[in-house]
Amino acid sequence: MPLVYCGACSHGPGITARADRADPAKRDALYTALRRMGDDIRATRPDALVVVAAEHFANFFMNNMPAFAIGMADFYEGPIEDEAFLKIRRTRVPGNKALSRRLIEQVMQTVDVAYAEEWKFDHGISVPLHFLTPGYDLPIIPANINCQGPPLAPLARAWAFGEALRAAADAVPERIALVATGGISHWPATPDSGKINEAWDREFLARWAANDRAALLSYSDAEIYRDGGQGGFEIRTFIAAAAAARGAKGTIEFCEPMPIFAVSCTVARMAVAA
Amino acid sequence: MSLYYVQKLIYELNRDPRTRARYAAERDAVLAEYELTAEERAALVAPDIGLLYVLGVNGQLLMHFAALHRIEWPDYLERMREGLRKHGPVREGVYAATGYEGVP
Repeated sequence: MPLVYCGACSHGPGITARADRADPAKRDALYTALRRMGDDIRATRPDALVVVAAEHFANFFMNNMPAFAIGMADFYEGPIEDEAFLKIRRTRVPGNKALSRRLIEQVMQTVDVAYAEEWKFDHGISVPLHFLTPGYDLPIIPANINCQGPPLAPLARAWAFGEALRAAADAVPERIALVATGGISHWPATPDSGKINEAWDREFLARWAANDRAALLSYSDAEIYRDGGQGGFEIRTFIAAAAAARGAKGTIEFCEPMPIFAVSCTVARMAVAA
Repeated sequence: MSLYYVQKLIYELNRDPRTRARYAAERDAVLAEYELTAEERAALVAPDIGLLYVLGVNGQLLMHFAALHRIEWPDYLERMREGLRKHGPVREGVYAATGYEGVP
């Protein structure tokens, strides 16, 4: 089936961990937007949700770092973080090993993706799922782009990964939804946490909504680091979603810089036909 | 410098309850399994969050290592700032500071 849903959202751990320190009105507006995204995903009656994440050393480390990986298990566990810190209860999340395998075989036609029969979710997936599928009743297929340990795959390869995910979703009979999660500019877990380059974020999101491939791929990593910080490397997940949308245009449903959450909190959707 | 091994130990502590239990029960034996300089070992044991930050430990690892030691978020940020004041700029990696101090 053609991809039924394609979107992107933030995943900063502060969104739940530091909820009580945020402006209540802005926080609640973000939560509402995220929950509405969950409603929109469910409305497309997906059989599985592919989450394109940028994990933070829950599974992959510099001893054996895949540029791209996809989970292939019937269940996953998360969050890996201290439950009291993240304020999300650790739970088992359903997967679909057989479906994962078929998707991976398709992705491998064009991208040499790693697969993983074990996968622990960190906040990069657990925070979005806390709002999108709070009942943990939709099979999740985690995918990862290394955005933490350089050298990182070039942006054009993130695009190729998104294209490959789209081709794979279209090739299976199941109804597949896809959500990318990442930050735009941010300097997470550093003394600069809370710094946000709003202008850079809005320019990036304009390019994303226009699904302007050339503009999205025009950033160098040096520019991203300078203007968007270490966390800015996670634009790779947004870029993969844009590619997966295959030319569809996007809508920025929510974007609010929230320093206590360390990012421009974003909820966005591509108009793929469902 | 053996930043890789400092980070690897923190990675194992963050994700593996058995490593955490061993670290609590027989810390020296766990530390001996990693190629660490005396400075790195001392920073881990203290723990000296500021020095670990300056040594280049990725914040996505260091934040959880701090949480493991029950160091609250504002204190974690302040300890990194103190590390910069005491030890100078971040020596390695991509987690350098830019001087922003907007959110305590």
